[in-house]
Amino acid sequence: MSLRSPLGRVRGLGSAKEGVHHWWQQRVTAIALVPLVFWFVVSIIANVGSSYEHMHAWLSSPGNATLLILLLVAVFHHAQLGIQVVIEDYVHCAVMKPIAIIATKLLATAAGIYSVVCVLFVAIGG
Amino acid sequence: MAEFNLPPNSRVKEGKTFRAPAGAKNIKVFKVYRYDPDSGENPRLDSYEIDLDNCGPMVLDALLKIKNEIDSTLTLRRSCREGICGSCSMNIDGLNTLACLKPIEDIKGDATVYPLPHMPVVKDLVPDLTVPYAQYASIEPWMQADTPAPGKGERLQSPEERAKLDGLWECILCFCCQTSCPSYWWNGDRYLGPAILLQASRWINDSRDEATGTRLDNLEDPFKLYRCHTIMNCTNTCPKGLNPAKAIADIKQKMIKRVL
Repeated sequence: MSLRSPLGRVRGLGSAKEGVHHWWQQRVTAIALVPLVFWFVVSIIANVGSSYEHMHAWLSSPGNATLLILLLVAVFHHAQLGIQVVIEDYVHCAVMKPIAIIATKLLATAAGIYSVVCVLFVAIGG
Repeated sequence: MAEFNLPPNSRVKEGKTFRAPAGAKNIKVFKVYRYDPDSGENPRLDSYEIDLDNCGPMVLDALLKIKNEIDSTLTLRRSCREGICGSCSMNIDGLNTLACLKPIEDIKGDATVYPLPHMPVVKDLVPDLTVPYAQYASIEPWMQADTPAPGKGERLQSPEERAKLDGLWECILCFCCQTSCPSYWWNGDRYLGPAILLQASRWINDSRDEATGTRLDNLEDPFKLYRCHTIMNCTNTCPKGLNPAKAIADIKQKMIKRVL
């Protein structure tokens, strides 16, 4: 039971003075993903049925490798921002919420770096 | 996690039926949510058959007819009966609105009447609005200026500056939008909700107010402001035809404006 006043409860711990950058990054990555996803889908469709050597050569071009890395960075960054919002919306357990948010960010970072390294291996390493 | 089922003692059961007087030709059934905390019983849905030939045109007229002539135990808030006071906000036919502004003839089939969703119920159609009122107080809804008021007369505004308050000052704090918002349902203790953010926008956009930056500071929070995901239920339901979603978007834009 709490005898705290309603105003005291509502003010709580005060404003976090944070959130605008999260919101802004979500919008910017969303806008970036529109042309990147379009480029990726068109490129894959154009290369349907082509040989391993052909795809290897395609990915070895600096332009294609750069665009693919940009796509991967934007995808993983956008995804972890969005999943964080979902967790904040629905998970109210004081222990589970921070664990879920931290796990999301670590997983997205690891998966993002791994996929970028993979692209570089294929593009440069041959 | 968010709860998607009502707790067992909140589940709504079938209630009593009150028949229309013999000879009534134009009958409409009103199914009204009833809850009495003193009884210890679950909420129930009572059915009232109303003779529309002998009743005013609005849902509030029917509810007052029930209270005056059929069942005086029905509890509801009402005052002005013309959409100015915001007292008779409730969920009618699945949409939050003001009973005094909702024509009975707009409802197809039986008319269901519930209190505003996801608020604690005091009794019948009366929700406990303590938290939204406290949230309203928390945004300090009064003019704040360091410049002393002119010795004679009021603080002046140009017609263009005054026009920025249109669509904001008309809000009557009925909380139809507030209680229609899923984000407010799940995080109502921390998210300020559409009604309060529209009111915040009313002061942020007032040219006479000098605390704009402090007001934005106090709103910049993942929960207070950024729980809004532009679901737009607020704008859809507002009985005054206002656009709380636009007011929130305006606050978010101003947040960006001072960063870029």
